[in-house]
Amino acid sequence: MATNTAAGGFNPLKLWPWVVVPLVAILLPFIFDSGHAINLLSHMGIAIIFALSYNMLLGNTGLLSFGHAVYYGLGAYVAMHLLRSINDAGGEGLPLELLPLVGAGAGLFFGIIFGSFSVRRAGVVFAMITLGLGALVHSSSLMFTDFFGGEAGLFGDRTYAPSLFGIDYGPSRNVYFLVVAWALIAAVLIYLLRKTPLGWMANAVRDNPERAQFVGYNPTIVRFIQFALSALFAGLAGGLFVITDEIVNDEVVGAIQSGAVLLGTYIGGIGYFVGPIVGATLVTFLESSLSAYTEAWVLYFGLLFIAIVMFAPMGLVGIAHLQYLNWKAGGWKGNTGIRLYILLAGLVGIFGLICVIELSYHYFRSWDPSAPFSLMGFTVNATNALPWLVSFGIAIIGFALMLFHANPMLKRKLGAKSDGGNA
Amino acid sequence: MTTRNALELKGVKKNFGRAEIIRGLNLEVHEHERHVIIGPNGAGKSTLFNLISGRMKVSDGTVKLFDNDIHNLPAHKVNRMGLSRSFQVTNLFQNMTVMQNLRCSLLWSEGHKYAFWKSVLGQDAVTERARELAQRLNLTEQADVPASLLTYAQQRSLEIGCTVASGAKVILLDEPTAGMSRTEANDVIQLIQRMTGENTLVVVEHDLSVVFELADRISVLVYGEIIATGTPEEIRNNAAVQEAYLGTEVH
Repeated sequence: MATNTAAGGFNPLKLWPWVVVPLVAILLPFIFDSGHAINLLSHMGIAIIFALSYNMLLGNTGLLSFGHAVYYGLGAYVAMHLLRSINDAGGEGLPLELLPLVGAGAGLFFGIIFGSFSVRRAGVVFAMITLGLGALVHSSSLMFTDFFGGEAGLFGDRTYAPSLFGIDYGPSRNVYFLVVAWALIAAVLIYLLRKTPLGWMANAVRDNPERAQFVGYNPTIVRFIQFALSALFAGLAGGLFVITDEIVNDEVVGAIQSGAVLLGTYIGGIGYFVGPIVGATLVTFLESSLSAYTEAWVLYFGLLFIAIVMFAPMGLVGIAHLQYLNWKAGGWKGNTGIRLYILLAGLVGIFGLICVIELSYHYFRSWDPSAPFSLMGFTVNATNALPWLVSFGIAIIGFALMLFHANPMLKRKLGAKSDGGNA
Repeated sequence: MTTRNALELKGVKKNFGRAEIIRGLNLEVHEHERHVIIGPNGAGKSTLFNLISGRMKVSDGTVKLFDNDIHNLPAHKVNRMGLSRSFQVTNLFQNMTVMQNLRCSLLWSEGHKYAFWKSVLGQDAVTERARELAQRLNLTEQADVPASLLTYAQQRSLEIGCTVASGAKVILLDEPTAGMSRTEANDVIQLIQRMTGENTLVVVEHDLSVVFELADRISVLVYGEIIATGTPEEIRNNAAVQEAYLGTEVH
């Protein structure tokens, strides 16, 4: 696992991602300058912080939580109450830039309380407790309407609050820059945490809690501190959400929110620091844009997750890293074409599968299945046999080529190479 | 008396349900000695180690480490009081490299506790001690190899290294040469003698040639009780031991 890399001298050139990524992030809203796009970018930034905080548990400490939204959501609620009190005080009080810190404080507070009894054991026991806590907090959010605002939720006004630097947070682009700043701070801190004795022992406790005990560490305390710190960053993300959306309701503490962060983190790759960043970005993008194109987006989301769990448990970043190592070691020499062929055949298969799913959705879900609808630019009728035959045909041909022609070809090529090496 | 006891067990009992595994066991291990525990299969040797190291709770009796009671403490507290152990089955941080394993084993004894405000790689004292340990373990060349990719013998030595690294004064080794060839076993015995110098050593061992080479004193554990303790010479000539253990093993 590439969780904590080997020792070595400090090389400033290796810091380039920390400069390039924020620069790109700052440039993005000038390229995608619609209000919708900038909002989406802000949500990506928040999702990245949330997913990084989640991976402090799952990837670094081996704690599978089904209720991480509790800390995100409670952070958001507390920050929202503070924002409202600032609004009520006529826009006087804590500067808006520091509001996420209030969310972070709330996350830490509840992380300490709930963590104190849930981290005694890892594994199934921990997972079940988090599931229960998630349900408990979510149902409380609908019962205690004074604090949680009931189903309607709570509203606040970010423009009616002071700013440290005199910035007007009306335009969503300015809010986005605030999100980028906090995301960068959070990412740097979470990255550095992995290098500390606590971060190392979190990995140690994940791999072998017993051995950790026999070098003097109490696994429960290691998990507890990681849990509390992770809740802190989740609360920070929740505080930022208050600023971007100016509304919080019961969804922020709900199971869907907890599930989304788990899926995003896992799809990206839990064994890598950038895994959650990639995963959260992708999932946020899919959630917002895919849903505009197709009703079946939740299904695609699920299929993607299943595919990752079954075929690439190291996540998307894991696949990329593996291929990169292979390429660097010269494993692509003379077979790059075949690799592209596999990729292409797979994409054709996926394309066919998508057509089948879209047809099925239209056939079973639409009021009038025979009404023509647009599929990949063609107007088709789901009650005719032809679109079905074509779609199934494309899917079968694509996957069959990949599995029974392209893959064996690569294996033969690689086999021939290693035989040649032995001769 | 000049020698004090590193470990002192009095009337220790352990039962799992109604099965009594350890039945009123008494044992004294002197400071700085190499004490080997032998006994037939199922005599309770591993259970005894689990009781001493805090991995299991005793049902009755007391365990003292340098005059402090440790029988009610969890494993990590026992470790902090100066006792460490290895396991019958290799027990390492498999995903970590040799150096990372050694560093993790050193962190607590070097006083870093749960710190989350300093870098591990920036702790020169830890790095230096880890390098030195790797050298003494003959693992310098494998320093950046993940533990799971080491040979079995190398994994066993690394485990001994991690056990020693935690700064313990009393070290328990559970069958350190199990599953090894003659030469590998000899290497490990030499390694143990080299690494544990001044420490008090308690070893469970099956291989009798290893036992007589390593031991200052031997205790014989049969059905949950120590039936004899003495120098190798005394044990060899003890009639009860010959009947209960050596006699059945050696023909």
